[in-house]
Amino acid sequence: MAGIKVKAKQSGEFVEVKTLMKHPMETGLRKDKAGKKIPANHITEITVKSAGKVLMTIEYGPAISKNPYTSLVVSGKKKGDTLNISWVDNTGKSENADVVVK
Amino acid sequence: MMQAINNERRTLLKGSAVAIALGMTGVAQLLATPKAFAAWPKDAFAGRSMDEVMAALFDGTVSPVDSGDIFLKAPDIAENGAVVPISVESSLPNVKRIIILVEENPTPMTAAFNLGEGVKADVSTRIKMGKTSNVVALVESNGNIYAARKNVKVTIGGCGG
Repeated sequence: MAGIKVKAKQSGEFVEVKTLMKHPMETGLRKDKAGKKIPANHITEITVKSAGKVLMTIEYGPAISKNPYTSLVVSGKKKGDTLNISWVDNTGKSENADVVVK
Repeated sequence: MMQAINNERRTLLKGSAVAIALGMTGVAQLLATPKAFAAWPKDAFAGRSMDEVMAALFDGTVSPVDSGDIFLKAPDIAENGAVVPISVESSLPNVKRIIILVEENPTPMTAAFNLGEGVKADVSTRIKMGKTSNVVALVESNGNIYAARKNVKVTIGGCGG
């Protein structure tokens, strides 16, 4: 269950982090074939950490596409450093993954 | 009982980690951006109009200043409103927060990026758009709010219904 795909690559003084998360990102506005509302189910928060320090938190709402793609750029990191990425959704589910900078 | 104490300790530890992270960015910015590291902004995401969202995001009335130093990349025409790539880059100093809003979506609030120390103002994501709309990027720099807008034409909406 690799729910988070993440790549971090150093280019010059910056490290570019690209992630792809597996998630339905259901808005809560759609209806199924029977006309019943499909309950909202979406990622609410993403946290990017390194060496115990929070680099970035991201707040997502239902208007983010299914299987969210996110990229960010950090400085002060280099090849071999480890970053940790985690998400939490509105149902309380969560997942996290480590990535080593290439 | 033990469990309860441990939980409390956990929250305390978490809280202090955030406090340390904030401490590093300096007291001045901490005062300027009181909501930056707060919990998920439920009210902002629930807001049904731009006014409601802005009121939930910022204390008092904030009128963002248009800035040429925000580079909002979005397609002119999105063939599929379910997946619209958006990226926001800014050369403004000391960017603490980047917010993406879609004016015509049922709930305009789309995403907020809270940047810690050493993070470049350069993010991208993919969003859903119900119909043709302005996409607005708000950038919080040195405690001021700046904005950039781009109109994206949507040929097939992404919000279902």
